[in-house]
Amino acid sequence: MAADLAADSIADLGGDRLTLYGAEFSSRLLAGTAQYPSPAILSRAIVAAKAEIVTVSLRRESGGGRAGERFWALIRDLGVRVLPNTAGCRSVREAVTTAQMAREVFDTPWVKLEVIGEEDSLQPDVFGLVEAASILTREGFQVFPYTTEDLVAAEKLLGAGCEVLMPWGSPIGSGRGLNNPYGLKSLRAHFPNVPLIIDAGIGAPSHAAAAMELGFDAVLTNTAIAKAGDPVIMARAFALAVEAGRIGYRADLMQARDMAAPSTPVIGRAFSDLARA
Amino acid sequence: MHIHVNGKALDVAAATLAALLHELEYEDCAVATALNRNFVRRRDRGKTPLKEGDAVEILAPRQGG
Repeated sequence: MAADLAADSIADLGGDRLTLYGAEFSSRLLAGTAQYPSPAILSRAIVAAKAEIVTVSLRRESGGGRAGERFWALIRDLGVRVLPNTAGCRSVREAVTTAQMAREVFDTPWVKLEVIGEEDSLQPDVFGLVEAASILTREGFQVFPYTTEDLVAAEKLLGAGCEVLMPWGSPIGSGRGLNNPYGLKSLRAHFPNVPLIIDAGIGAPSHAAAAMELGFDAVLTNTAIAKAGDPVIMARAFALAVEAGRIGYRADLMQARDMAAPSTPVIGRAFSDLARA
Repeated sequence: MHIHVNGKALDVAAATLAALLHELEYEDCAVATALNRNFVRRRDRGKTPLKEGDAVEILAPRQGG
């Protein structure tokens, strides 16, 4: 009987889907495709991560080369959905033009919108981000803005037509995890019904699990997998961490306490009626 | 005609963006184009003339985070 009840509860988890702009996904781990030791390892890592969405970019092709073609063929073979980015863009115009170009090449209205405002931290320029998001949503894009945990910026991005937000955990590539858990909790609490994907700064599976335990809908990571000693095994570790974090969140975590509270019953303890020797 | 393609100075014969892609052997590649920082759709390349000093971007799929 108890086993049946447990099985029923666990079966309910199967219906837990991530919905982004009306599209449903089983996996809550999004993977970047850059910095892998080889295309073969990239492919195996994406499979191990069970990622259904991967990020891609557009860059200058050198001298009639076919590197772009080969990469695009590899991604198509994986059967995943692509989320093109505007990585490195430092102005609204650059970001908008790059998004327009990506839509044509990748044949998707999705764009991970980056407008970088500061060199050392690669911090998003939230003012430019809102402006670019407004332009792109009017043009029919489905925008995934790379933003901070700033509540006002989030509100304005939603007002600009974004239906998903991608707040940073910490600076891109830093591997520092969640720099501002308080701010991220506030963001989650303020926008309970908006899909929120933690993007950037994730360095370890435990960071991804922590993000999911805070109630974030998904995690995007690239460097932590690609730069691991064994990217394929690390991809598997991230898949497990994201799943565990999500299930833990849904199971409703206990509240932390400042003081100790014994877990073993106090009543009935032997010698409890005797003075300490 | 002197133009810039992906940041490099080039002397080209092409009179249109479509002709430039042919000249540089990008014709059947999955690439997107911009002229002087403005996106030019694939279907508009043939009717997009080039002029001296233009800056063309030809971008292809690449790994990204």
